[in-house]
Amino acid sequence: MKLVALAFFLGGAFLMAQDYFPKNDGVKTKNNNYTAFTNAKIYVTPTQIIQNGTLLIQDGKVVQVGKSVSIPKNAIVEDLQGNYIYPSFIDAFSDYGVAKPKKADGGGRSAQYDPSREGFYWNDHIMPENNAISGFSYDSKKAEELRKAGFGVVNSHIQDGIARGTGVLVALNDKASESQRILSDKSAQYFSFDKSITSRQSYPTSIMGATALMRQLYYDLDWYNKGNVETTDRSLEALEGNKGLSQIFAAGGNGNILRADKIGDLFGIQYTILAGGDEYERVADVKATNARLIVPLNFPDAYDVSNPYEAQYVALKDMRHWNLAPSNPKVLEDNGIQFSFTLHELKSPSDLSSKLMKAITYGLSKTKALEALTTVPASILGKSSDIGSLQPGSQANFLIASGDIFEKETTLYENWVQGVKNVIQSKDQKDIRGEYTVSINGQNYTASITGEANKPKVELKKGTEKVDAKLEYSTDWLNLSFSENGTESYRFAGKVSSDSQNIGGKIVLPNGTETTVTLTQSGPFKETSKSSSTQKPQLMAVTYPNVSYGYKTKPQQENILFKNATVWTGNAILENTDVLIKNGKIDKVGKDLRAGGAKTVDATGKHLTSGIIDEHTHIAALSINEAGHNSSAEVRMKDAIDPKDLDIYRNLAGGVTTVQLLHGSANPIGGRSAILRLKWGENADGLVFPDSPKFIKFALGENVKQSNWNSYSRFPQTRMGVEQVYTDYFQRAKEYDAKKKSGQPVRYDEEMEVLSEILNSERFISCHSYVQSEINMMMKVAEKFGFRMNTFTHILEGYKLADKMAEHGVGGSTFSDWWAYKFEVNDAIPYNAAIMASQGVTVAINSDDAEMSRRLNQEAGKTVKYGGMSEIEAWKTVTLNPAKLLHLDDRVGSIEEGKDADLVLWNAHPLSIYAKAEKTLIEGTVYFDIEKDQAIRESVQQERNQLINMMLNEKENGGKTQTPVQNKKERFECETL
Amino acid sequence: MKKLFLIIAIGFGVITNAQQTPAPAQTEQIAIFGATAHIGNGEVIENCTIIFNDGKIAAIGSDLMAPTIGTMINAQGKHVYPGFIAPSKSLGLVEVDAVRASNDQDEIGEMIPNVRSIIAYNAESKVVESMRPNGVLLGQITPRGGRISGTSTIVQFDAWNWEDAAVKLDDGIHLNWPSLFRKGSSWLGEPNAFLPNKNYQEQVDEVQTFIQNAKAYGGGNAQETHLPFAAMKGIFDGSQRLYIHANGEKEIMDAITIAKKIGVTHIVLVGGYRAHKVADFLKEHNVSVLVSQPHALPQFDDDDYDFPYKLPKLLVDAGLLVGLQNESMSNFQTRNLPFYAGQVAGQGLDKEKALQLLTGNTAKILGIDAHYGTLEVGKSATLFISEGDALDMRTNQLIKAFIDGRDISLETHQTELWKRYMGKYENQGK
Repeated sequence: MKLVALAFFLGGAFLMAQDYFPKNDGVKTKNNNYTAFTNAKIYVTPTQIIQNGTLLIQDGKVVQVGKSVSIPKNAIVEDLQGNYIYPSFIDAFSDYGVAKPKKADGGGRSAQYDPSREGFYWNDHIMPENNAISGFSYDSKKAEELRKAGFGVVNSHIQDGIARGTGVLVALNDKASESQRILSDKSAQYFSFDKSITSRQSYPTSIMGATALMRQLYYDLDWYNKGNVETTDRSLEALEGNKGLSQIFAAGGNGNILRADKIGDLFGIQYTILAGGDEYERVADVKATNARLIVPLNFPDAYDVSNPYEAQYVALKDMRHWNLAPSNPKVLEDNGIQFSFTLHELKSPSDLSSKLMKAITYGLSKTKALEALTTVPASILGKSSDIGSLQPGSQANFLIASGDIFEKETTLYENWVQGVKNVIQSKDQKDIRGEYTVSINGQNYTASITGEANKPKVELKKGTEKVDAKLEYSTDWLNLSFSENGTESYRFAGKVSSDSQNIGGKIVLPNGTETTVTLTQSGPFKETSKSSSTQKPQLMAVTYPNVSYGYKTKPQQENILFKNATVWTGNAILENTDVLIKNGKIDKVGKDLRAGGAKTVDATGKHLTSGIIDEHTHIAALSINEAGHNSSAEVRMKDAIDPKDLDIYRNLAGGVTTVQLLHGSANPIGGRSAILRLKWGENADGLVFPDSPKFIKFALGENVKQSNWNSYSRFPQTRMGVEQVYTDYFQRAKEYDAKKKSGQPVRYDEEMEVLSEILNSERFISCHSYVQSEINMMMKVAEKFGFRMNTFTHILEGYKLADKMAEHGVGGSTFSDWWAYKFEVNDAIPYNAAIMASQGVTVAINSDDAEMSRRLNQEAGKTVKYGGMSEIEAWKTVTLNPAKLLHLDDRVGSIEEGKDADLVLWNAHPLSIYAKAEKTLIEGTVYFDIEKDQAIRESVQQERNQLINMMLNEKENGGKTQTPVQNKKERFECETL
Repeated sequence: MKKLFLIIAIGFGVITNAQQTPAPAQTEQIAIFGATAHIGNGEVIENCTIIFNDGKIAAIGSDLMAPTIGTMINAQGKHVYPGFIAPSKSLGLVEVDAVRASNDQDEIGEMIPNVRSIIAYNAESKVVESMRPNGVLLGQITPRGGRISGTSTIVQFDAWNWEDAAVKLDDGIHLNWPSLFRKGSSWLGEPNAFLPNKNYQEQVDEVQTFIQNAKAYGGGNAQETHLPFAAMKGIFDGSQRLYIHANGEKEIMDAITIAKKIGVTHIVLVGGYRAHKVADFLKEHNVSVLVSQPHALPQFDDDDYDFPYKLPKLLVDAGLLVGLQNESMSNFQTRNLPFYAGQVAGQGLDKEKALQLLTGNTAKILGIDAHYGTLEVGKSATLFISEGDALDMRTNQLIKAFIDGRDISLETHQTELWKRYMGKYENQGK
């Protein structure tokens, strides 16, 4: 009773806080009393701990904390002997109290290209002008849930859009007015890679588009700030205004931390980054960003693998993530990365404690756990002096618990916010659990009271016979009711006394008579521990990359002598020849070479070739098309590399070492390529071919006209229009470039920058093309603007104008035998490669297909069948010729002394259908070895088995499970949107 | 190279833009001699002579007397194969995948066995004609989509019209068995992943009920005609096969158990990604497998990278009757059928056994082995001569091909364009 009154009293005081407000319903009052909590173990900060300390608060703030605090006379003193005090938790990434954004209405067939707004940035998904405060309404029900989980303050923002505007920092204080509990109405500025659901504006449709948009946004801000724009852009105004705030990027997992950090690096911004929970996979990369993280505790539930037919759909990588995800916080701690925790991605705030305990079981220290909930989020939000600790002057936001907050048996009693007490569970309520006997009407009953201390349940027995009974327990009163024989109801009400183990009270019998009975405690409460979820299971090893067939240790460069092979050089096939590789280079090609310390591989009866180069691939990508605009020169495939794609490994197993990761063909001007070396186990940056020439994808024909699906609004719809798109963009780029070169200020436009590189012959075009009219057109446009087309890719009607191509000096990278899949390939013929080659065009065979790319040697073999190319010329179509088209022929593409040791050892003639790659090397490192592969297969099966058993155990022990799913990677080709 | 140009030069005179004219019936005896003959049943005959008359093989062997009449073809150093057979394809039902107007492969309706592929088969398809230069001379034209897609027909690839083309009319019914997993629907807010199909059992029951009804209907006394039920009659009396398209272990076992129980006489499994796991079950039930082409990516991350390459071999090694199909691929790809067999041979399967996957085995599975699939006396002279190993791209160079003894054209729309443009450049002096 006293406590309720206190809360009321304090609440009243808060409402009066603004003393210049008139008051008409009574006298002006102000409560200056203190509250002192004594004899508690106080965590002033996670590292500053006071045993038997006193916490003194007044007016919602900490006045003093320490071992010997003098308690003023006007103080209410609470003795917390044996209890713990912690600062309340803070969540820096919340959507509490913020209205959910509404999804934009359905929309018809056609995409929306223009923004929906006026006076703001040109892209609807950029909304730095949004402030969470404007749509904020305090939600006391949710606040209670959050307080129960230990939170005192959350920073909420509108979780929608790429630039999301500012957050609102709010104390979860039901008793205060907004004026008091809103700690900051512009607390941090938020960003993400995800488009807003409130607008249908098409751009960006991809991760690389979102990345490019963020870059352009900062470029535009700079241009705007320099006074170059006559109109007002409220988005840019807001972005500038929010500069001083903490900048938080909701990146998530799968390499997005690195993507976000790179944007920041370009503009001198260090974001705090929302993590994905998979940072343990490549923690060194994460550490290198120097970013502070906000980490979700989204540990997945075990898959229910009890049905073996369903279990086989669950991939090892997903099972392994289940196994390793709880160790993520520990790994971050071990690597000295600063992080806070968030409730984001948890189903309910009440899941927090079990997830925290799990993380601790997996090795996270309690100190770090507490920091991640208090001091770190406070610091991220720039509010360390106000919240997150119990230093004098801080807000009186703290938890009172029965013991160590990270222990399962601990009860959280109270969560004080701004000096207002909120009872989670009464600390004065006695734990009545135990075994009892009672005699009613001469009959002996036994009652065992179990369950949670504050919500006990009962099992009642008359002799050995079970009786249906109900138990209610609150504020020292216990009500027990049961019925016998269906209709005979008994009601017992007893008062729990702190002095006695027994509970006395009265019982109303079925006939209405009342008698006094006593529940006599006959034994203590025995907890049956059933869940083994706190036991630390065996952890699987992280592999590079962390999927099946990843390597436990990264493969190392070796010096190798291949003895007695059939060696395919750039222009000859040499029998019984040796090749020595040293330090990643081809050192010598000849007969009877000496190993000189190099490892010797007997290649008798085998063929040694240079690695296959695929001019056109879409493997190792998270996204392929930025389809939001008809030109997307600003996007980079480098921003969308997926180093975990198993197709990398499968390509290696087919002898492929270098690929050009091309943008798709959704638009006439696509995105910038990434040329990759398939160094399985490296991160995204490690896959990029160093110092490789600059490339961009263009596309012609049905895809850019959007002919094969219902889209009628985007220009161009015809091949006539395609030409105009190029003419327009190149003309604008020419003018942009000229202006820039003349020294006049220009709005830095990534798209124009890239097109200028083409005009200046610093960037090469690989152009998706089919029919001769458009190919001819493209060459004419290039000639008009003074550059040369580098490669026509697909180029299925190249044979019809091979003479013109040769004259222009453009290469052709084609399919071996594809046709008939759409109208524009009606005249595609498998003789195309041979005909183009006969006219002097540099010809490559490419894949555009993850399946075909791993057997491009066979596709090259088809040029022998169709058109009669010689074997060495056929082989060049997948090695030296694509190297030439990529301007990498001085480094790769053939076995020649001095070139990089990118080699494949085949068990048979490499152009034959029977050939298998046995070893694939890149720069002298063996990235695929058929014998090693056998061993990995076995370990994959073994690890699967092990994890399946662990999951079965987890289920058996009452752990939560989820239905099996097969997270299938989406495979891309040009047309994938 | 030289030889090819010679062919081109000869070709010039006959360039037209229409499809190839079907060859007339065999009128005189033809003898191929000196060839390495790959019989299609696992055997090879070196220095072989093959004699055919009236479209049928009259004699074959290495010890035959040289005939004195008819055409003699010297095939020394060359190889003879039975025409390859492409099962479960919609060749001739769709010309250009992306052009809806050219697509006749998928009728609406879930259980439509009464829909017959042969009706829409375009004997003059440019895609069909492109099969022949690679040795693919026969195919099972199969409708697509729905639960029961319809009825297929086996055709030969050199015909004036569909009646002309059919070699086994309405040979089988095609049933796409429900899947245990299905793709999550973004419409329903599900993840972009494969999830357990909650309706699996219900879908299975629907199929079962339909087949049971068809069986009961066939028992007689129906007052009104039920076209779909009537169309299923053949699968109970042995005149038609039931092709069950399924991949998972459970799906395969469910499908075969149910079909057998109702009384389906001939069951063929099509697909069979996990068939190796239930090989004993398949053997026990005498079910043959038309396995998917090896040129595919593994369907599961954790599978061996070469699993699709070797799956056909695993099934052969397990003692099953196996053929190859590539139903999941675009029709034009079917000309690569020989190389699929080559790929399997690359995994260690004997080359002649690999060849059976396109010839003798397939003919048996489809029920046309009395006439096609092997080079044996009395069977159709549907065969071709290749410069070399027809299972390898480099040497799959056809010199001659015969369907029922008819000397068919190996030209196509594509060879004509090749010659036309090479001619253009020749004339330009290049």
